[in-house]
Amino acid sequence: MITLAADIGWGTVLAIKTVIVLGMIPVGAIVLGYVFLLKMMAHMQSRLGPMDPGGFHGWFQLVGDGIKFLQKEDIMPEQADRRVFAMAPAVVVISTFLVFIVIPAGPDLIVRDLDVGVFYALAVSSLSVIGVLMAGWASANKFALLGALRAAAQLIAYELPLLLAVVGVVVQAGTMSLQGIVEVQRDSAIFGFDGLGNPFILTQFIGFALFLVAAQAELTQTPFDMPVAESELVSGYMVEYTGFRFLFFFIGEFGTAFAFAGLAATLFLGGWGIPGVDSAALGNVLGPVALFTKLMAVAFLMFWVRFTYPRLREDQLQAVAWKYLIPIGLANILLTGFFKVAF
Amino acid sequence: MTEPTLLPGATPRLDPRDMRHLADAQVNVELDTGDMILNLGPQHPATHGTLRLVVRLDGERVIAADPVIGYMHRGYEKLTEVRSYPQITTLINRIDWLSSFANEVPFIHAAEQLMGIEAPPRAQYIRTILTELSRIATFVLFLGEMGLQVGALTPAFYGFRDREHVLNLIESATGGRFHPNFNRIGGLKDDLPWGWVNETRSTMKLVLDGCDVFDRLVAGNEIFEARTRGVGIIPGALGASYGVSGSNLRASGVDWDLRRDGKPYLVYPELDFKVWTHPDGDSFARYWVRLQETRESVRMVVQMLDQMPEGPIMAKVPRIIKVPAGEAWVETENPLGQMGYYVVSKGAIGPFRVKIRSASFSNVSILPWLLRGVYVPDVITILGSLYFILGDIDR
Amino acid sequence: MPDDTTPPDTDAAADEATSGAADPAPAGSPAPGEVVGFEAPVEAGTEQSGAAAEERAEQRVAETDEPAAAEAAQARADPTGEAPTQADEPEGPAPLSDEEQALLDRLEAELGEAVVESASAFGNLVVRVRADSWRRAAEVSQAALGCDYLSFVAGIDWQPAPREGGEVGGASSAPVQPTETTYGAAGSAGRFQVFAHVQSTGRHVGLTLKADVDEAEPVVESWVGVYPGADWHERECWEMYGFVFDGHPNLRHLYLPSGFEGHPLRKDFPLLARQVKPWPGIVDVESMPDEAPPDGDAGDGEGEGDEVTTGDEATAADSPPDAPSDGEAETGDATP
Repeated sequence: MITLAADIGWGTVLAIKTVIVLGMIPVGAIVLGYVFLLKMMAHMQSRLGPMDPGGFHGWFQLVGDGIKFLQKEDIMPEQADRRVFAMAPAVVVISTFLVFIVIPAGPDLIVRDLDVGVFYALAVSSLSVIGVLMAGWASANKFALLGALRAAAQLIAYELPLLLAVVGVVVQAGTMSLQGIVEVQRDSAIFGFDGLGNPFILTQFIGFALFLVAAQAELTQTPFDMPVAESELVSGYMVEYTGFRFLFFFIGEFGTAFAFAGLAATLFLGGWGIPGVDSAALGNVLGPVALFTKLMAVAFLMFWVRFTYPRLREDQLQAVAWKYLIPIGLANILLTGFFKVAF
Repeated sequence: MTEPTLLPGATPRLDPRDMRHLADAQVNVELDTGDMILNLGPQHPATHGTLRLVVRLDGERVIAADPVIGYMHRGYEKLTEVRSYPQITTLINRIDWLSSFANEVPFIHAAEQLMGIEAPPRAQYIRTILTELSRIATFVLFLGEMGLQVGALTPAFYGFRDREHVLNLIESATGGRFHPNFNRIGGLKDDLPWGWVNETRSTMKLVLDGCDVFDRLVAGNEIFEARTRGVGIIPGALGASYGVSGSNLRASGVDWDLRRDGKPYLVYPELDFKVWTHPDGDSFARYWVRLQETRESVRMVVQMLDQMPEGPIMAKVPRIIKVPAGEAWVETENPLGQMGYYVVSKGAIGPFRVKIRSASFSNVSILPWLLRGVYVPDVITILGSLYFILGDIDR
Repeated sequence: MPDDTTPPDTDAAADEATSGAADPAPAGSPAPGEVVGFEAPVEAGTEQSGAAAEERAEQRVAETDEPAAAEAAQARADPTGEAPTQADEPEGPAPLSDEEQALLDRLEAELGEAVVESASAFGNLVVRVRADSWRRAAEVSQAALGCDYLSFVAGIDWQPAPREGGEVGGASSAPVQPTETTYGAAGSAGRFQVFAHVQSTGRHVGLTLKADVDEAEPVVESWVGVYPGADWHERECWEMYGFVFDGHPNLRHLYLPSGFEGHPLRKDFPLLARQVKPWPGIVDVESMPDEAPPDGDAGDGEGEGDEVTTGDEATAADSPPDAPSDGEAETGDATP
């Protein structure tokens, strides 16, 4: 199929890939939402979660919820800024989509393999801050405003630890391209042992921990969910959104979780790379499966922490970012650089 | 009592005798410049019901807070003037609906004092057991939902699950999970069902295990400690002058428990139990004290099950209860604090005046003083740690 | 009619009934000899027969497992309701215990003449102080007696309430209170009193303080400077009784909406629900589509067949002139 690409024309291929990725976002959101938010959370809380919709353990629940949201009335507060209010969810979803562009699922299964893939991914993921601020301000609601302001401060603060964690990986891999990072992990060896490849989680374990914490904050998940503090602000910046606009936010939230889990899997666990599988054809078939498995493992960690811990207060949250995570990240880069040069 | 460390820039707390801050809380929108007025409630998940908290914020810091209550005011004191004593027993279940059996006890005790009747020992034991079971049910829910206030979703479900076990016990004995309406002047409505004692013993084991889970999951969590330590410190003497009572006051170091220190009532004089206090007075202390008191209540229930005598459960009372003229004041240690009834009788089948002193009313009255200078998330933590019930505030 | 003064515990039937309750019989089944739901015939010619019979019926329904018919027979024999209770009315006030006497002595040492009267109400010391020493009494309790804990501050209206029912409905099961005015422990000079209870967490003692409030000009000294918690109690007292607390920083409504007129806990303020709908209330019965509407209840003033009138009366009475307005509370702006 891919060999026919030259005949089809790169524009068409790009369009097909874009459509596939656009479809992946809600599917990813639904899968993550169902498995972790509905089922895993339920079982951790001594209950069952949805059991009826769709028959087998309620797998249809979120799809049904999506349909329900789509048919709801479009309500907008009277004093809301109409255009900004309408555009905010779109901004968030667009930012998610843009991250998906660089995540590889196989040797050829990537929308665009940018040389500065990592840099690009982190840059566009911070676009969602704008969407959140737009939502909070345009809602004409003080609770929403409080949530949006908290979100702005938090998301910007946690960009740095995210970046610093990733810089360690880049230093070790020697390239910013995500495909390159995957291939380096698949092909290199750990102290001479060839079988496992060299997933960066082994050497970059500090970076991995840092990335997970920062990703948790970027996704506004507990313990960093001050912007959406349910017992205080009742959904914070999303509080005035209903119907399909809320669906956009929901898909944006879980789609971004999917994306960040995918990024973590790619950067630290080896992505689609299976050591020993070199052929492109096999890689294209098994790669997505491998990526999906690793992604779910990372998402499991993220959601497990989400359901267990209480939330940090805003000032404590900022203190954690600026006083602890950033120095640790800098130290991590120093160490990585030292080892890279010395060995 | 140590003064709480204030956040930089917060206004220092005024002397409690200087009540001018209350005038500040009267908000006048036209004159406000940079501050924001936020309404927490009356519809809000954190206010435990229809409590409205009007706060004036400077960014995320509270400058003044004014609780507005009365959304659930049902006029209990007026209603008691046109009701007979058994009818009032039904009514007062609904004051503090989480621990509804405990609400009946002081009133029935006051009426029995006026009549000169004492319930038989078995009835007293069963009353005490049911009171302690209400306390366990209320506190176990608190242990769970306090986590919810600070953001942990999971402990709330454990709290509800453990509470269900205790409610099943209360239901099998009295017929009602929430509003048992089980006390009668002179004793109880019914004796315990067969097998109830064994069921209670096994449920108490479950509750103890649940307490250990809360100890590790919530009280032992670093983020929970970071959110609750040093937040909402109530100095002991000030709390007492406001009328703050129960676990809230004991968490400020005041060693005062009506079960041990007040006038003797029910079978507490025969029991061996410890009164738990904590010196800090912050939200974490309130959580900790309630956790220990839950365990203590479990031990008390087991003691009582071992010691319970056989015998009648109802003293001899006339068919129509006419309580002789007089005044009686009975205050008991209820789960939410000290609850008391001042019953004025003129010899009719219903009282002339009943003054209901509810615990949460006084606990919440300290909020205007307590909330100045704290952050908005801390407001939620403090509201959760004081643990009031709207029916108790509003009567 | 026989005047039965023997206390019920000498009655053999009653003994049997109560000891039967301890059997391992399933709870709730009537004891042998007990008659459940028995409707007593009303003695013709007695004054309060109608109301008393309804009262008795209410009581019986509420307490189905009360001791046996012997009790009912006794109650029937005394329709005026002098129920034979165990305790006789104490002749004269109960003596103060040592602890209470010590408290009283200390209080009198500080206040002197201001202590008007004192009594013991079942182990609780009740002291009436002069109205102009109300605040001083609080200060003395806090400082000299060590009472640091404030339980409550409340008011009481000793005037007997007007009879329930009135013109609107017929019978009412509200307890019949005596029509002559009597006062409680430690007496009273007039209709209104303010009373409070304070305790000492250290010494484990407490006392109730009372003071008279002038009916024409109900002004009371505020306790807020002594016990800050009195703030809300006094607000409630003001809105419920109309006592103006001199020195309170912010006397505004606590429970009731800001525009509310009247002081509900006063005895002359009617319980509106009872005026609109006499107890036990109109039973709203809707007939099935093909059936005739049910007949009205003979005892009620309003017949059910006359639905239009009932509706009009209900709607007219539903919005009495002093109904609470549903405007916002006086603080804060409306938008959250």
